[in-house]
Amino acid sequence: MSESALPPAQYTRTAIALHWLIFGGIACAFALGWLMTDMAISPMKLKMYNWHKWLGVTILALAILRGIWRLTHSPPPFVPMPLWQQRLAHGLHVLLYLLLFAIPLSGWAYSNAVGYPIVYLGLWRLPDLLARNRELGAQLLVLHQTLGMVLLALLALHVAGALKHHLLDRDDTLKRMLRWRRVSVG
Amino acid sequence: MNPGSSLRRMIGVLASVVAVSAIAAQPALDVAKSSVTATFKQEGVPVESPFRKFSGNISYDPANVAAATALIEVDTGSLDIGDPAYNAEVQKPAWFDSARFPKASFRSTSIKASTTGFNATGTLTVKGRVLTITVPVTVRTAGNATTFDGTYNFSRKAFGIGDPIWNDVLEDQVVVRFRLVNAAR
Repeated sequence: MSESALPPAQYTRTAIALHWLIFGGIACAFALGWLMTDMAISPMKLKMYNWHKWLGVTILALAILRGIWRLTHSPPPFVPMPLWQQRLAHGLHVLLYLLLFAIPLSGWAYSNAVGYPIVYLGLWRLPDLLARNRELGAQLLVLHQTLGMVLLALLALHVAGALKHHLLDRDDTLKRMLRWRRVSVG
Repeated sequence: MNPGSSLRRMIGVLASVVAVSAIAAQPALDVAKSSVTATFKQEGVPVESPFRKFSGNISYDPANVAAATALIEVDTGSLDIGDPAYNAEVQKPAWFDSARFPKASFRSTSIKASTTGFNATGTLTVKGRVLTITVPVTVRTAGNATTFDGTYNFSRKAFGIGDPIWNDVLEDQVVVRFRLVNAAR
């Protein structure tokens, strides 16, 4: 294998930035989603719904960028670990990517189904994914919330894996997603 | 038997036959084909919401447009803004106060023909407040149905709909669109 064909030793800064930006977006969207649904009707509740929707659209846009980046830039290979662990980690990553698209889209479709178009940041009206349909809207809400719960469970597994590598295996898995400084390959 | 009384009876019967046939020929509002919607804007998001229950009567003769009259009544408790909790909210005293003011109405007082139909001036009564308004109405006739289309920019403030704390997220202007179809029976 020639030196240029070697897989990269580290994540690109773009990949690291997208990973943590999306994580931050998901954390905020979850917090808003939880709070806003339980609130009594008020102007603040309405605002929080809008923030939640804007965040969802932002996450979707970042997920598209990240998907393109991932397809055009190989991540560093797994640190040495059993094959089943590699498969588990890889499968988990695929599911997480799918949810990054499915959850915002299901929320967007739900909003349209109950008659609310999405106006990004209150400025740009996005196309409606479907026409108003109350029954479908109720089903889409259940789907949106269920996928959210699935994401939460998968994220718990993702974090548990990262911590296991960091604390028990003491390997580079977590650190390389935090390493902003470029390291020269020796 | 007095011939005068039998003549009067005959005239009476004739008159009621004429009256009944006139009513039967009169087209009536086809609610299933008609719609009244309110489009409000919250933080830039336009939400078109239908009134599920309304009734009305439009008498319209294309040969004598100025003689037309219109009465439309909307059930304020029937506004469907997409969610049961919100639908219940807008019936509360701060909004439509539907318990005290179950109906909102428009009653024409003067109709003036226009190039596309007519301009209807009349009283709009919402939440006990009365305002004289003029609404341009487009009239189309197809077969035995006459369609009246129009739009009115409603001000929430003018009728005290919604506490001012909402003004930050909810625009004052609400676009009311109606399509009323008169069909001959």
